[in-house]
Amino acid sequence: MPDMQTAHSPMIRLHDLQVEFRVPGKRVQAVNGVNLEVGPGEVVALIGESGSGKSVTLRALMRLHPERTTHYAGTLEVAGRDVLKMGKRELAQLRGSSVAMIFQEPLLALDPVYTLGQQITEAIRQHAPVSRAEARARALRLFEKVRIPSPERRLDAYPHEMSGGMRQRAMIALALACEPQVLLADEPTTALDATVQIQILLLLRELQRELGLSIVFVTHDIGAAAEIADRMAVMYAGRIIEQGPAAELLTRPRHPYTRALLKSRSEGAMQKGRRLDTIQGAPPDLSRLPAGCAFAERCAFAAETCLGGQPEETRVGPEHSVRCWRLDELPAQGGPVQRAEPVNG
Amino acid sequence: MIGYLLRRLGYALPIMLGVSFLCFMLVYLAPGDPLVSILPADASAELQKQMMQLYGFDRPLIEQFVRWLWRALQGDLGHSIATSRPVVDEVFKAVGNTLMIAVLATLIGFTLGALFGFVAGYFRNSWGDRLASFVSVIGVSLPNYWLGMVLVIVFSAQLMWLPATGAGPGGSGSWTWDWEHVQYLILPALTMSFIPMGIVARTVRALVADILSQEFVVGLRARGLGEWGVFKHVVKNCAPTALAVMGLQLGYLLGGSILIETVFSWPGTGFLLNQAIFQRDLPLLQGTILVLALFFVALNLLVDVLQTIFDPRIERG
Repeated sequence: MPDMQTAHSPMIRLHDLQVEFRVPGKRVQAVNGVNLEVGPGEVVALIGESGSGKSVTLRALMRLHPERTTHYAGTLEVAGRDVLKMGKRELAQLRGSSVAMIFQEPLLALDPVYTLGQQITEAIRQHAPVSRAEARARALRLFEKVRIPSPERRLDAYPHEMSGGMRQRAMIALALACEPQVLLADEPTTALDATVQIQILLLLRELQRELGLSIVFVTHDIGAAAEIADRMAVMYAGRIIEQGPAAELLTRPRHPYTRALLKSRSEGAMQKGRRLDTIQGAPPDLSRLPAGCAFAERCAFAAETCLGGQPEETRVGPEHSVRCWRLDELPAQGGPVQRAEPVNG
Repeated sequence: MIGYLLRRLGYALPIMLGVSFLCFMLVYLAPGDPLVSILPADASAELQKQMMQLYGFDRPLIEQFVRWLWRALQGDLGHSIATSRPVVDEVFKAVGNTLMIAVLATLIGFTLGALFGFVAGYFRNSWGDRLASFVSVIGVSLPNYWLGMVLVIVFSAQLMWLPATGAGPGGSGSWTWDWEHVQYLILPALTMSFIPMGIVARTVRALVADILSQEFVVGLRARGLGEWGVFKHVVKNCAPTALAVMGLQLGYLLGGSILIETVFSWPGTGFLLNQAIFQRDLPLLQGTILVLALFFVALNLLVDVLQTIFDPRIERG
């Protein structure tokens, strides 16, 4: 019921979302109870290691996982509509027109044997009854909007004929073709050079403000997330273990995993001769998740209580919540003061 | 594009020259005397020598080759030893006959093969996939002369629906496109279609499965394209490779299947080759092989050019 929607109701509402992949002999619980709300015009970054369920959550928003092998549970609403109950037709209508997506590697996410112009006009005509010429005119305006040089000529280019940065701009133009309210970004800057990354992030932010887009930005690059996000949510083993306003989460992280993640960044004031802090061990096998906190076995603060069951979401600020058993016992800031050892003794 | 075409033609020329050299020389590797078939067993040495001179068999091989090639370039492949008719006439009549069943067989094979391949690729590990894979394995591995005989037994001998052999009631000389004649095409073409069907089915299955697993298909769905919309993209992505395979299959079939054409007494290239070999008719054998080899080279060229048109990623530069 999109007409009943008010400015305050969220564009995206996930409650206890679960996504499970069922292949013969194996059940992979990729997403295990995600609660997340994204307001109109809000940018939320989903952060985590590979296999943390961030991309799976993102793709679940359009139900893009193979229907036969994927099992969804919980609440999944986009623009006030229940995505899990949609039929094929409704789903096709939602995809592209209300919610659009940009991908990590546009070279792989664009059809290699169609020109960009063909792909954009196809998407426009999929959702709007316009002529080919009108669709092409719109495509041209989109290319100008994302500032692709000599847009007329680029419309007739194939994806492989463009540079990485240009391709990502074209991908953004394609995503915006049907004026969506929500943009899902799946690591859109990961495959790009650092300088191009910044340009794309700035472009995204500019377009977001101009069009009032809600964006879910999936990344493992905290720097990129900090650049664009209003709020951040940190995922681990298919759960959001901490979420809050970007500035607060970056300066006052509470969950041991968030703290470790922030410390393992190479950016910022790294002193010469100091080791980069890394998180020991590997994320858990999603087909055999432990009963307790999934991070416990890698956590410096883990205790007996952590192994018993799932920690509840605890509010620690107006919009800041954490899932950790030992929240009250953690040191106030930055974790235990571990002196980073100089490399040569 | 024109430059690309000329360059490709340039590459094809040395291949054609090499092929013609091999065609000419290979037949001399076989034992036996080319004149045995037309000379009476008690022919005198004098007569033998005269005949050798007449056909030029007494000259050095290289000289024979150059003379042969020079005439071939002018469209003269010599005369058949057995029938004394120009080899060019014999070959092109046979090519025309083979072309009929080969094109029909390729069309049947490609249509069915693509159909099976798409079903199998789209619904992998379903019963449809297993059936399609079974049919394609049968198509590739079943001896086709055996299949031809079975079809003759069923449709000609038992049901009496279709003629068993030949190329029309009056032979191939009076071919017209009416049912009277076309019914003779059906069994050989059907038999011949099994191999391209199996190969095309396997190729298309692998292609479709590969394409469906690619990220851009998720991208297409994320734009709101339905199954039909995605299908069109899959087809266009498959087309270059599938067409290339089809073209090569047509090339193989143009060579005529000696076995199939013999089973059905179909006066095509395979039948002609068979005759030429058994009668040790060297000019006919060389000419037939040459024409077929050149056809194959030309078809390869055509396939390559078509591929660059269909697939923008293939460099023309």
